[in-house]
Amino acid sequence: MTAVTYPRVIASEITKLHSLRSSRLSMLIALGLVVGLGVLVPWMSVTSWRNGSPTVGYDAVGRTLSGIYLAQIAFGVLGAMVITGEYATGSIRSTFAAVPRRLPVLWSKLGVFLVSTLVLGTLASVIAFFCGQAIFATKDVDAALGDPHVLRAVLGCGLFLAAMGALGLALGALLRNTAAAITTLSMVLFVVPIIVDLTPKGEEIGPYLPSAAGLTITQLDPGGPLSAWGGFGVLCAYVAATIALAAFLLVRRDA
Amino acid sequence: MIEAIDLTKRYGAKTAVDGLSFTVRPGVVTGFLGPNGAGKSTTMRMIVGLDAPTTGAVTVDGTRYRELPAPLHRVGALLEARSIHPGRSAFNHLLALAQTHGITRARVDEVIELVGLQPVARKRAGTFSLGMGQRLGIASALLGDPDTLVLDEPVNGLDPEGIHWIRTLLRRLASEGRTIFVSSHLMSEMALTADHLIVVGRGRVLADCSTADFIAQAAPAVVRVRSPHAARLSEALRAEGVTIGSDEPGVLEIAGLTTDVIGERAAAAGVTLHELSTRHASLEDAFMELTRDSVEYEAVA
Repeated sequence: MTAVTYPRVIASEITKLHSLRSSRLSMLIALGLVVGLGVLVPWMSVTSWRNGSPTVGYDAVGRTLSGIYLAQIAFGVLGAMVITGEYATGSIRSTFAAVPRRLPVLWSKLGVFLVSTLVLGTLASVIAFFCGQAIFATKDVDAALGDPHVLRAVLGCGLFLAAMGALGLALGALLRNTAAAITTLSMVLFVVPIIVDLTPKGEEIGPYLPSAAGLTITQLDPGGPLSAWGGFGVLCAYVAATIALAAFLLVRRDA
Repeated sequence: MIEAIDLTKRYGAKTAVDGLSFTVRPGVVTGFLGPNGAGKSTTMRMIVGLDAPTTGAVTVDGTRYRELPAPLHRVGALLEARSIHPGRSAFNHLLALAQTHGITRARVDEVIELVGLQPVARKRAGTFSLGMGQRLGIASALLGDPDTLVLDEPVNGLDPEGIHWIRTLLRRLASEGRTIFVSSHLMSEMALTADHLIVVGRGRVLADCSTADFIAQAAPAVVRVRSPHAARLSEALRAEGVTIGSDEPGVLEIAGLTTDVIGERAAAAGVTLHELSTRHASLEDAFMELTRDSVEYEAVA
């Protein structure tokens, strides 16, 4: 007798993610942004230099990974739409009729999306790193993967992007509406940091906000109160809390 | 078999389904009738576990839907609003559903063929007409070869050929011993398809009987009599305590007597008859009669 099992729901979610042109396109755009800026920023830097430009302490790593600032939006929005797209089109009814316990759908979506974004985000970051360093190598300011913290920062970009995708997915599951989820994500990423910065406690609270905390893992020297992995842990805690609330509500609300 | 026991659903202050109790039996097509807002869709959503009842319960073969280990093999559902992502092809939509139950690609192709969607199976569902969308919905419902089908307005958007196709399909599935529960607001369609009717209005059961009984009870047959001496005949029959209506001069519409009795009374009274015929009320009339007081949105004449 066939029954609904986790491997089966995961297979179904893989089919769903890869059978939509919009999700394939968003992922390609994210990849293109990371690699494209990884080439553009070093190229602009190098071509603007004259002889005797400063080279000591130059952050050649961060300048090759600047695409993650844009890609985080692409992944976050795609993560939200993985769920809100189902609510908007009504296909969530088919999904929950097939898997009426619902939670396997949420965990499978999350797992499939995390693996996809982690693989793609890491691949994009590694390509961007090597392309960018090849450009910096013409001026002898390039960094190598073996240099202190470089490998962690490059792979950290993949982790950061996957976590941002998961945050979008969690908000999508919680709010069940594309516009609401994307607006909330944008406010959390871009508006809240500005407002917090204007408060007297801004400098103390700012580093603990999701984006700032998560970015530490992509930086050679985070500098703030949080370590690279500690900051990433803070971002993961935000994601986990949002997902937990979404899961709690998912089985209780009418679909 | 579907069993609803005191099923109630409230959304805030509004009661959509108000203490429904009914049983849908296997082997026949059961029609679920009611005007808009009567609670049909809400009831069907509760059957497949999308909405949770406020009180009461509904089970399929004795089990709540959410507790079924392989729901698609037990219940196939077509819900009223489209339940398909427009960016996904019909094949991929069905494949994603099939994969949750380990149903094979061969079965996916089989249901696509069964509903006649082979030519467009690889096209995005967003390009489909309403009728093609309905066929895809029916393919989803049949995917797991379930013993119970719950179909919300399946003929919506289908052309006459499509309506005939689904009527034949439902009858065949019922004759195989399956439980078929079909909602509609098209009374004439149900008269042709359903063997049994559950009629609801404002969330309550108004009738639960065979289609034939429903028509007979809700709008009994009327005998139409045309006579040059209509007034005399009317006088003669008045004593029998029957209801006599008249639309036009010389025509009587008599409820409560058979043509035989009326013919004999006319002969006894020496009344000439030009016409004596039984008019059966349509299911539409019967339905209008029954739900007159429970229509949610009534047009003001």
